[in-house]
Amino acid sequence: MSAEAETLSQIDRDKGNFHYETDYAYDAGVGLTPEVVDYIASVKDEDEWVREFRQKALKVFEKKPMPTHWASEDLNNIVFENIRYYLAKGQQPTRSWDEVPDDVKETFERLGIPENERKFLAGVEAQFDSEAAYSRMKEELEKEGVIFVGSTEGLMKHPDIFRKFFGKVIPIGDNKFSALNSAVFSGGSFIYVPPGVKVRQPLQAYFRINAENFGQFERTLIIADEGAEVTYMEGCTAPKFETSTLHSAVVELVALKNAKIQYITVQNWSDNVFNLVTKRAMAEEGAEVKWIDCNIGSRLTMKYPGVILKGDGARGEVLSIALASDGQHQDTGAKMIHQANNTSSNVISKSISVGEGRATYRGRVHMPKELSNCKNNTECDALLINTNSKTDTYPAITVTGEGNSVQHEASVSKVSAEQIFYMMSRGLDEGQAMSLAVNGFINDLTRHFPMEYSVELKRLIDLEMEGSVG
Amino acid sequence: MSNQLEIKHLNASIEGKAILNNLNLTLPQGEVHAIMGPNGTGKSTLAKVLAGHEDYEVDGGEVLMNGENILEMEPDEISRAGLFLAFQYPMEIAGVSIANFIRAALQARLDEGEELNATQYYKELYEKMDLLKIDRKFTSRSVNEGFSGGEKKRCEILQMSMLNPNYCIMDETDSGLDIDALRVVANGVNLMRGADRGFLVITHYQRLLEYIVPDVVHVMFNGSIVKTGGPELAKELEERGYGWLEAEAAVTA
Repeated sequence: MSAEAETLSQIDRDKGNFHYETDYAYDAGVGLTPEVVDYIASVKDEDEWVREFRQKALKVFEKKPMPTHWASEDLNNIVFENIRYYLAKGQQPTRSWDEVPDDVKETFERLGIPENERKFLAGVEAQFDSEAAYSRMKEELEKEGVIFVGSTEGLMKHPDIFRKFFGKVIPIGDNKFSALNSAVFSGGSFIYVPPGVKVRQPLQAYFRINAENFGQFERTLIIADEGAEVTYMEGCTAPKFETSTLHSAVVELVALKNAKIQYITVQNWSDNVFNLVTKRAMAEEGAEVKWIDCNIGSRLTMKYPGVILKGDGARGEVLSIALASDGQHQDTGAKMIHQANNTSSNVISKSISVGEGRATYRGRVHMPKELSNCKNNTECDALLINTNSKTDTYPAITVTGEGNSVQHEASVSKVSAEQIFYMMSRGLDEGQAMSLAVNGFINDLTRHFPMEYSVELKRLIDLEMEGSVG
Repeated sequence: MSNQLEIKHLNASIEGKAILNNLNLTLPQGEVHAIMGPNGTGKSTLAKVLAGHEDYEVDGGEVLMNGENILEMEPDEISRAGLFLAFQYPMEIAGVSIANFIRAALQARLDEGEELNATQYYKELYEKMDLLKIDRKFTSRSVNEGFSGGEKKRCEILQMSMLNPNYCIMDETDSGLDIDALRVVANGVNLMRGADRGFLVITHYQRLLEYIVPDVVHVMFNGSIVKTGGPELAKELEERGYGWLEAEAAVTA
């Protein structure tokens, strides 16, 4: 192995665990006040309605209690006064990789972004702390009218279409963290695909937290107009800091008549990130939305991607994988809200708990009685590796009315010491054996994923399992 | 360095209960040795101790594989060093195909950064399967999941032939097999016999030894090897049972 290859494999082993000292031109300082919110709006030179939206959201955030009556008490350990809410170098996202500032470029090169862009992506956006540093899309898509920019830029350059859908799928007051995001949001992607345009290759965004005590609050809005199709992939990393970091995003998807949106997440946060994300889609008549959501790492993740099936014949799907290692809590699930006839939804959730890791599934399926011919299928499978692991399932299914059908299956299985011994006796080390068992467990799900994504996922699981062996 | 597996004065226990008691046995590469003995005498314990199972405590002695003490090693290191244990009760691994399992095991034998050649791997896998008369569809099934007793043992033999070990420990591979499955297993072992490989065939019955003719037969009793002889010893045990050993062991003790 060459010296260079060796260095790279070392980096792989540490995941995104590196960071650079960097100077920020804009820093909102520490703590959350109306002044901080105003500062963000001023730096971004936002319209008055956005400024008002932010201030209103801040009030809602302050009023809403922590949801600890049902969620983890660990939420109380987030110290909002110690967090920095906006950090940027004052850059405009460049269209050319060469123009990206060197330290930022080096970060993203380590994460493999330029290679992936060349290989299989139709467009890339890379966000460093609060703002996009790089954003580019293939020219032919631009000609067809596809918009793929950072949300800050989207708000500036495409205000009409942005405003029409912004905050409509996930209102400010949906939950405490959607309110927080609405007050201080910055970055994230804005995508619009015109009627009938089918984007064949995925668009991808990378979110990178580089600064300690920093909260990342990106806001993503994707609109697929009638008959349009788009796949979006996001990847998230952060280095490991001494103190915990907050990531609280809001993602809204709008699939108009007969449109298709596929949203894929590879999340690999270091294990002191609070990851509290609200993701929801609205599917009009005949539209189809699929969330593929994979949660590895973080201290606490709370995320329940949902689809509001608003139009006749709309389809929604959530395929999720959560891996909870020692000291981690993955609290994930799905929401399917049926609002029209002939709508169908499918939820497959697989969780893996290792050591002291804890996985929770929360699902909500809502089918009111006036609807007919609606279907939901929910499957939750949990895998426990070693006896201290914890897993729990809270399905909430409200189905009334005849002619609707719901199917729910849940299973818990274990990887025993004897199974690990069997695999080790074939030459696999303990981490490899656990990784193989985990990959086997999620195999029936991942083989439907795009290839690049399954490869990346397998690599992350290998690393996580290697790290969990004492 | 001597090309043999030397078990010297081996004492082992589980949860404080002594099972192996000053056990001595030498298996040179190129030979097939059988271990016979009544139930509960420690045959399977020996197999698991050799493979490095963590539940067993080694209280004394050593096991030298080509001169290297394997008692200090982890199960995966022992495997990569060239010892293969064919399990009496092979484990299921849900969602992992036999092809991927063996591939992962071979990959684990390569240096970091080295990739197994997939084309060559499948070529070899299919050749071995043809030789062992195993249907190719077998490889896409999950390891041992829903397998019959015979299929599990076939899967063990396939792994054994792909991993190319120097020493094969076969723990009651014949238990629960019908005569056809027994022939497949024996056929596999006989095909793999050669100057560079030693076999330790653990069995309760003489039946298997009609198909795999051993060079040496050891009789195990109360955690020790109490008698060693040629293939005829197996026949003697079949006729006389194990009762007479007890008397003999009492005399030696």
